Amino acid sequence: MLAVDIETRLGAFVLEACFKAEARATALFGPSGAGKTTIVNAIAGLVKPDRGRIAFDETVLFDSATGIDIPPHRRGVGYVFQEGRLFPHLTVRRNLAYGRWMRGLPRERGTEDRVVALLDLAPLLHRRPGKLSGGERQRVAIGRALLMRPRLLLLDEPLASLDAARKAEILPYLERLRDEAHMPMIYVSHQAEEVRRIATAVVRIEAGRVAAMGGLDLLG
Amino acid sequence: MSWLSPEEWTAVALSLRIAVWATLGAFVPALAVAWLLARKRFWGKAILDGIVHLPLVLPPVVTGYLLLLAFGRRGPIGAFLADSFGIVFAFRWTGAALACGVMGFPLFVRAARLSFEAVDHRLEEAAATLGASGFWQFLTVTLPLALPGIIAGMVLCFAKALGEFGATITFVSNIPGETQTISAAIYTFTQIPGGDVAALRLVAVAIAIALAALIASEWFARRAGARAYGLD
Repeated sequence: MLAVDIETRLGAFVLEACFKAEARATALFGPSGAGKTTIVNAIAGLVKPDRGRIAFDETVLFDSATGIDIPPHRRGVGYVFQEGRLFPHLTVRRNLAYGRWMRGLPRERGTEDRVVALLDLAPLLHRRPGKLSGGERQRVAIGRALLMRPRLLLLDEPLASLDAARKAEILPYLERLRDEAHMPMIYVSHQAEEVRRIATAVVRIEAGRVAAMGGLDLLG
Repeated sequence: MSWLSPEEWTAVALSLRIAVWATLGAFVPALAVAWLLARKRFWGKAILDGIVHLPLVLPPVVTGYLLLLAFGRRGPIGAFLADSFGIVFAFRWTGAALACGVMGFPLFVRAARLSFEAVDHRLEEAAATLGASGFWQFLTVTLPLALPGIIAGMVLCFAKALGEFGATITFVSNIPGETQTISAAIYTFTQIPGGDVAALRLVAVAIAIALAALIASEWFARRAGARAYGLD
C-alpha cells in the first residue's frame, strides 16, 4: 500500500495531498495543472516536498519529521514519463537493460522474455530511440520501467503525447500490464476514458488537493 | 623526416608531446569544472567562472609570470612539489605542458560546459529512477551525450597548447630540446640572419598539424553526434 501525505509550495501554488493507494491501478485524475505530476515526482524522489510522509508498504521513502529522504536511485520506484525519456545513445535493448545494470540485478531470461512479449518489443530491440514512432517509444519506456523490477510503477500521462490511433494501440498493453505484472500502478491522467479502462481506483486531484477518493464512479 | 633538421624535428616532437600532455592533464579538471558550472549552483560560482576564464583575457605574459612566481623553484607551490615529490616545472618541458594546459583550460571548459548544458536534465532524472546514482548518471548518460562537445573542447585545448607562446616562454624560457616548441623555434629562427627557410618549414608543419587536428575532430564529433542522436 502506498501512503502519501505531503505538503509543498511551488511559488503561489500550494499542494496538499493526502491519500492511500491500495488498488492494482490507482488513477490520479484531474485537470492539467492540478499537481498530479508533482505528486508522482515526490513519490519517485525527483521533487522534495516541504513537509510530510511517503511510505510504501513497510518502507518509508520520505518523512520530513524524521529526516528520511531516500534518493530516487534507491527507491526502486519505476517511472514511465510522458515523453518517454529513452536514452537516445543506447539501443532499445540497452535501454531495457539499463535498470537491471544500475541496480545490479541478476539477469532473468524469463522476466525479460515476458516483458518483451507483453509489449511486443522483439522487432525493436536493435533499433535506437531516434528511429521509433511515438507509440513504440512509449512501449519501450514501459518495458524499461518494468525491467528494473520496481516495487511500484508510476505512469505520468504515458499517452498524452500520442494521437488517438497510437493511444488505441497502447491501451491494450496497459490493460495487460495491470492484469499480468502483479505490481501496483499509479496512473496519472486527465482523460476520463483512459482512466476508465486502466484504473481500478480513483483519486481525484483538483487545485493541489485531493477532492475525492473512491471507485470509477468518481470520473463522472 | 629528412627535410627537417634534427633541431627542427626536436621542436616539432616536443610541441606534440607538450600539447598531448597539456590536453590530457586538463581533461579531468576541465570536465569537473565544466560540469559544476553547467549543473550546480553554489556560492562563488561566478568567481570560479571568472578564474577559469582569466587565462583567456590576461596577456599570456602575465599568466606565464604568475606561473613562474607560483611554480618556479622558489615559488610556494614549485618549492613544495620539488621538495616533497621531486616534481620540477621550472625550465622543463613539464612546465611548458603546465603553461599550455592552463592556457587551453578555458577553451576546454567552455566547450564542455555548453555540451553538458545541452544534455536534457530529464534524461538524468530518468536514469535516477532506474537506479543510477549521480556518478553513474554522469558516466552513462551525461558524458556520452556530451561527447561531441567534449571532443571539440579537447581539440581547442590541443590547438591552443600547440600554438602557445607567451606564457610558455615567460615561464620556462626557450631552451632547445627542453622547452623550445614550434612557436618558440619559429620565433628564434626569425631573429637570426638566414633563418627564414627554417622558419617557413616549421610554419608548414604547424599548418599541417593544425589542419589534421581540425579534420580529425570534425570526424570524431560527427560520429559521436550521430551516435548520441541515434542516427548511425
